[in-house]
Amino acid sequence: MNQNGSAIIAMVGKDCVAIASDLRLGINQNQTTAVDYSKLHKIHDKLWLGLTGLIADQLTLAQKLRFKHDMYELRENRVMSPKVFASVVSTTLYEKRFQPYYTEPVVAGLDKDGKPYITSMDLIGADASADDFVVAGDNVESLFGVCESFYRKDLEPDELFNVIGNCLNAGVNRDCLSGWGGIVTLITKDGPITRTLKNRMD
Amino acid sequence: MGDRGFNFSRKLNQSLDLGAATKTGTTICGVVFEAGVILGADTRSTNGETVADKDCEKIHYIAPNIYCCGAGTAADTESVTGLISSNLLLHRKQTDRPSAVKSALTLLKTTLFRHQGHIGAALVLGGVDSDGSHLFTVYPHGSSDALPYAAMGSGSLAAMATLETGYHEEMSLDAAKNLVTRAILSGVMNDLGSGSNVDLCVITRDSVQYLRNDTSNMHRTFRISSKFDDRQEAVIDYSHCGTATRVLHAN
Repeated sequence: MNQNGSAIIAMVGKDCVAIASDLRLGINQNQTTAVDYSKLHKIHDKLWLGLTGLIADQLTLAQKLRFKHDMYELRENRVMSPKVFASVVSTTLYEKRFQPYYTEPVVAGLDKDGKPYITSMDLIGADASADDFVVAGDNVESLFGVCESFYRKDLEPDELFNVIGNCLNAGVNRDCLSGWGGIVTLITKDGPITRTLKNRMD
Repeated sequence: MGDRGFNFSRKLNQSLDLGAATKTGTTICGVVFEAGVILGADTRSTNGETVADKDCEKIHYIAPNIYCCGAGTAADTESVTGLISSNLLLHRKQTDRPSAVKSALTLLKTTLFRHQGHIGAALVLGGVDSDGSHLFTVYPHGSSDALPYAAMGSGSLAAMATLETGYHEEMSLDAAKNLVTRAILSGVMNDLGSGSNVDLCVITRDSVQYLRNDTSNMHRTFRISSKFDDRQEAVIDYSHCGTATRVLHAN
């Protein structure tokens, strides 16, 4: 999971969720090829997918999952709830049990009642949903550390944005392979707000 | 590529070390008691030395009268129990009879044997059917044992020590629940791959009790509250520090 570098956090707030990603894309651990590369993928207004790991597999999986979601939407005339989408991600990964996609996904969204849902998975789709925060990337130890310290229950959207932003920035500063700024998407009942964060460029 | 000698075509890929699946470094166990079977599990899921989930579920539903604890590769235990659960449901719809524990065992072990150990699921299967109470362990390669008390996972040594000391035939419900809880807790305390809470599942002839977090160890031993300053940056509020971390000794 440490070929291209990535760090993703998702957090639950009061009637809102936030998902954050770093912006670095590297090759062979020592060459930085892009510093504006978000690993977040919008599925619909209230559902986002973050993908860490090998970039090639991130792109393949993102295309495949968006295709599956859009076909579902056309067929059923409704969008997927986060739980349903997470289950699709999980089975899609387990289909490739013995030649897996080298990517660990994070799903964050609000269901149709506005209830937050976040989950993270390993590369073969074992999901671990949480009611506080989930992290993924090549340096989960430092991300877990800052999140455990800064997270509180029932944060308002503005506070949640601050906490997740600070956690991402502090976490990636202890990781050589990720960083170079971050991007945060805050999902509330009124829709998503995306903000870009400044951070060290070294 | 030559036609003799070793084939090194995967060597480059292996050296990349692309990452590993989440394992459940686990303590799971089960005990047959006078009225049925009790299954127990811890709730820690690990990824290397990192705790990936502090409160995951390791006791999986198989049928209304059968449950199964899973250790090993998390995605594999989840998928293999889910697959067998669906197959048994279809079988019940066809035969209109409750599932036998032996049927679940056979489906599980043939599936695992077919995949030659590559599906990394180590299971403790328990249930009550028309034949009585049953408890089995199933290994990733497809072998199985029928036992009155059993433990699996990285914490199985700690759990089995407790079971060997405390088990006797025809235990009462309370004594058996207590024994299973103590066995899982000895895994939680003595095995680094196991931790957090104890889940129990009590299966008897006419009822099933799934006791999620029957023993809970989730309370924090520390407290930090973030507040926000006027620059809207999260700052740690140290005013609680007097009560934040409990002071055990002071000179």
